[in-house]
Amino acid sequence: MIKMKTFSRGGVHPRDFKELTAACPIRSAPLPTMALVPFLQHIGAPLLPKVAVGDFVKEGQMIAESNSFVSAAVHSPVPGEVKDLKTIYLASGMKSTAALIEMSGDFTLTGKPVQHRQWEELSNEEILKILKDYGVVGQGGAAFPSHVKYTIPKGRNFEVFIINAAECEPYLTADHRVILERRDDLLEGLRIIRRLLNPKRIVFGLESNKMEAYKLLQEVSKEHNFEVMLLQKKYPQGAEKNLIEAILGREVPSGKLPIEVGVINANVGTIVSVCHAVRDDRPVIDRVITISGGAIKHPGNLLARIGTPIRSLIEECGGFTEEPAKLISGGPMMGFTFYNLDTPVTKGTSGILAFTAREAHYFSQTACLSCGRCAEACPMGLSPTAIFKYIDNERLDDAAKAGLDDCILCGACAFSCPAHIPLVSAMKAARGRRRRLAVARKDKG
Amino acid sequence: MKLTISTSPHIHGGGSTRSVMAWVLIALLPAGVWSVIMFGLRAAVVIAAATAAAVCTEYLLNRIFKKSFTLGDLSAAVTGVLIGYNMPPQVPLFIPIAASVFAIAVVKWSFGGLGANWMNPALAGRVFVFFSWGAGMTQWTLPRFGSAADAVSAATALGGVKTALTNLPPSVHGPMELLAGSGMPVSYMDLFLGRVPGSLGEISALLLILGGLLLCVLRIANWEIPVFYIASFALLIWIFDGYSYGGGMFSGDVLFHLLSGGLMLGAWFMATDLVTSPLLRGGRIIFGIGCGLMTFVIRVFGSLPEGVSLAIIFMNILTPLIDRYMTPKRYGKHK
Repeated sequence: MIKMKTFSRGGVHPRDFKELTAACPIRSAPLPTMALVPFLQHIGAPLLPKVAVGDFVKEGQMIAESNSFVSAAVHSPVPGEVKDLKTIYLASGMKSTAALIEMSGDFTLTGKPVQHRQWEELSNEEILKILKDYGVVGQGGAAFPSHVKYTIPKGRNFEVFIINAAECEPYLTADHRVILERRDDLLEGLRIIRRLLNPKRIVFGLESNKMEAYKLLQEVSKEHNFEVMLLQKKYPQGAEKNLIEAILGREVPSGKLPIEVGVINANVGTIVSVCHAVRDDRPVIDRVITISGGAIKHPGNLLARIGTPIRSLIEECGGFTEEPAKLISGGPMMGFTFYNLDTPVTKGTSGILAFTAREAHYFSQTACLSCGRCAEACPMGLSPTAIFKYIDNERLDDAAKAGLDDCILCGACAFSCPAHIPLVSAMKAARGRRRRLAVARKDKG
Repeated sequence: MKLTISTSPHIHGGGSTRSVMAWVLIALLPAGVWSVIMFGLRAAVVIAAATAAAVCTEYLLNRIFKKSFTLGDLSAAVTGVLIGYNMPPQVPLFIPIAASVFAIAVVKWSFGGLGANWMNPALAGRVFVFFSWGAGMTQWTLPRFGSAADAVSAATALGGVKTALTNLPPSVHGPMELLAGSGMPVSYMDLFLGRVPGSLGEISALLLILGGLLLCVLRIANWEIPVFYIASFALLIWIFDGYSYGGGMFSGDVLFHLLSGGLMLGAWFMATDLVTSPLLRGGRIIFGIGCGLMTFVIRVFGSLPEGVSLAIIFMNILTPLIDRYMTPKRYGKHK
């Protein structure tokens, strides 16, 4: 038995419930007859619409973009007519403009033979431009524009490209299925990355509950010159900073990006998107999503168009077994709850979970016992209870000194807390308050 | 559909304040049953009185200050049971009641209730009544079973040694001989099983160790505290306690000191109180060693036979200071 690597501080072991969907092949979700496509699907500058109500759009046509570097374009997932441009709420609670597109007309991408682009002849600048214009963003959840990530700042020494296949969130198996079923696209995406970035090493990081995927990658690792590293099953193994520490033993300095230690990270799905954009001339108009949880009749993995209402994904999985008590976009540790089944799929939607009343069981909060379980669980080496007490007493500057901004919101602390204190909730709220205070201070003087 | 909107995480590792306290009560139960076997129903009455007083005080304070209901977390019950365990069998009943009221009202509530008390309420209650009604707190009874029933006087092993040491006869080596010579013969096995006079819940080292291990395995108690407490205390006794009997260094009677008095109850169930012990492993090790050192100092050099309560309270007070300096090693910060 090889001793598997992992990150050094904290971590928790939630039951992973991956058996619900790990063996479910990716199948296509129904195309949305009415697609609701939000423009806010990345971190960065807001996009401006390129279409007006009444316009007809082609499948994959760019419908919003920005001149700003830190942005990624959005495309129509189906051909049809723009019926409305309106403001909606995303599952994350963020507000976004969205285009409502009624499907009609011919599909120009789906079902058509794919013409492989001779991308080897493109310059790096051209490849990066394609990534921006074709809307490639990180699909692990943060949705950071990929071309920005892959532009190495001057004076930085880049060495290792890490592919994050840890998928440490319970229930989710989408990345796992992507490796199993789309390995060739993944490998082609890696060739593009290698050309673009010329890394000294390419390393896959997988948790040990994905042996099948591990073997499949290991088979071709020599030929394609990458390493596959099996990691212990421990949450949050897939958190960027912790994954880097697990694989390389390097720590990203507080407040800095991974490139500071010579690393760029990317999610499995993102690499497949890179391949589709660069080789197949196909923008990001769909993604693989795990639909799971106790209230879903037939959990599974769906390939869904961006803008598909979540309602239709759940119907595709047989509907609800019982009335759900909680709907979650993402995983159970870091995902967002939402209440509107018309909420659309976005590029960052990794999973949709419907929890029964039992799964969503709520415990009432008691006073902190100072047991230290939160600090033992924290993968960033913080003392969540200390930060919480500062926040509770409105001592935000002290909270910041204690590491409020280093918190990755992974939820390991709240998961472990016997007093059921909403630690993550407090951290999020306090960060928001600090941002607003900083803005207010700036406005004043 | 009625859907919950909440912040992540949406799953929990299990456990609650209530389950933590319930496990502590379960782990304490064998020692309590043992006290009833050894001292009769009177033991049950004392423990029940202490517990009822603690729970009622908590309830009344809830009502008076219109706070949310906190009896369900069982912390008041744990405090009450621990106070009961610290009482001698024939104690006048007002004493455990006074100890519980003091523990809950003054030590726990006046600082903000559960989680805010800066010393262990049960220990504070015990110390309060010990210094207020010393006579009632030192009326010892012989257990109903065991070889110690041959003894002519009922005193705790530690109390007997402390008294006899003031007039140490020559040619006595160690506390066991001293006790035999003073009409209180005990064997190590008596001490280990709990066939000796003493406070209700403290006499059986065996049952307390088993209960304490259960809590450590369940990760409710932090093992660092009892382990470093007992180890540091044992080391100091071994090195220095021989002097008390005219011996040299490294001749102290470790076994006697580990098995007698309130050390096991204190180390496994009082020092491990989550609220009043340090947050992190490093701090807990310091805390445990500090408890061992203070217990040694008080037992060997103090005028009292026992030092566990005061030693733990002393370290409780130092806990915020320990937590201030023993902070975790943060990611990305150490350069």
